[in-house]
Amino acid sequence: MKELSLNILDITENSVKAGATLTEINIFEAENDLVLTITDNGCGMTKEILESVTNPFTTTRTTRKVGLGLPLLKLAAEQTGGEVTITSRHESEFPESHGTVVKAVFYKNHIDFTPLGDVVSTITTLIQGHPETDFLFIHTIGENAVTFDTRDLRETLEGIPLDTYEVIKWIEEYLKEQYSEILK
Amino acid sequence: MKSLAELQAIKERMKDKVVLREGTNATRVVVGMATCGIAAGARPVLSTFVEEVNALGLMETVTVSQTGCIGLCQYEPIVEVFEAGKEKVTYVKVDADKAKRIANEHLKGGKVVVEYTIGANQ
Repeated sequence: MKELSLNILDITENSVKAGATLTEINIFEAENDLVLTITDNGCGMTKEILESVTNPFTTTRTTRKVGLGLPLLKLAAEQTGGEVTITSRHESEFPESHGTVVKAVFYKNHIDFTPLGDVVSTITTLIQGHPETDFLFIHTIGENAVTFDTRDLRETLEGIPLDTYEVIKWIEEYLKEQYSEILK
Repeated sequence: MKSLAELQAIKERMKDKVVLREGTNATRVVVGMATCGIAAGARPVLSTFVEEVNALGLMETVTVSQTGCIGLCQYEPIVEVFEAGKEKVTYVKVDADKAKRIANEHLKGGKVVVEYTIGANQ
């Protein structure tokens, strides 16, 4: 992947496919560290799947849905000296509190760090493709943060779908403005 | 700054349109957005279709949606066009420029861009 934002798009698609109604994308940047955490309330993974999920060569039929996405994220993190940790609670064992957390740590000063790229485009693509699903986005850079929650929007829009062109454009501009404010 | 009041205005404008839109979208543009598609460049392809459908005034008749892996990863980004009563058209190795042409010639003009189809690229 050319940009980390593409990995984020890819991993979050897994959350949606796992039936998540809410997925939080959290990017935390402080000096040399970038920590990405994607937390969903989807069906979760069983212990067996969880163990093999970052190995691209154990693509049995049950893990095929995950495929190469997590191995690529793991590679992107590890080549900077970082790591990926995945915790998951499968719905069979945790009917009330299931879901998956994917956490990736990157070191930005490393020569093999993949730039974050166009995160705004990743967020609008996710909303365009999954207008019924809620996303919470928090990107902390030092002391400041860009935040966005589709649940707030939904309240204002009263039933107008989030994938309406004007709404997607509004979200894009809203996020871009927040970035230009904090990167000033 | 963008405000929620602006969103409120969008809502007021869209309220009546949405009812009209339901069920009238005869054409579906589907972009493959699995790992293979995303890595090959599907994200800008999708946003180009979203932009062009709006710019060409095709919102009432064309919907743009996303799907998983189609199983032809070497041809990604793949775009499928479904039209009522017609055979599905599969475009392969699409980029933003090709997407723009497909939107103009196929979605608006009704003429398949044969050179970008899977049949012409095998």
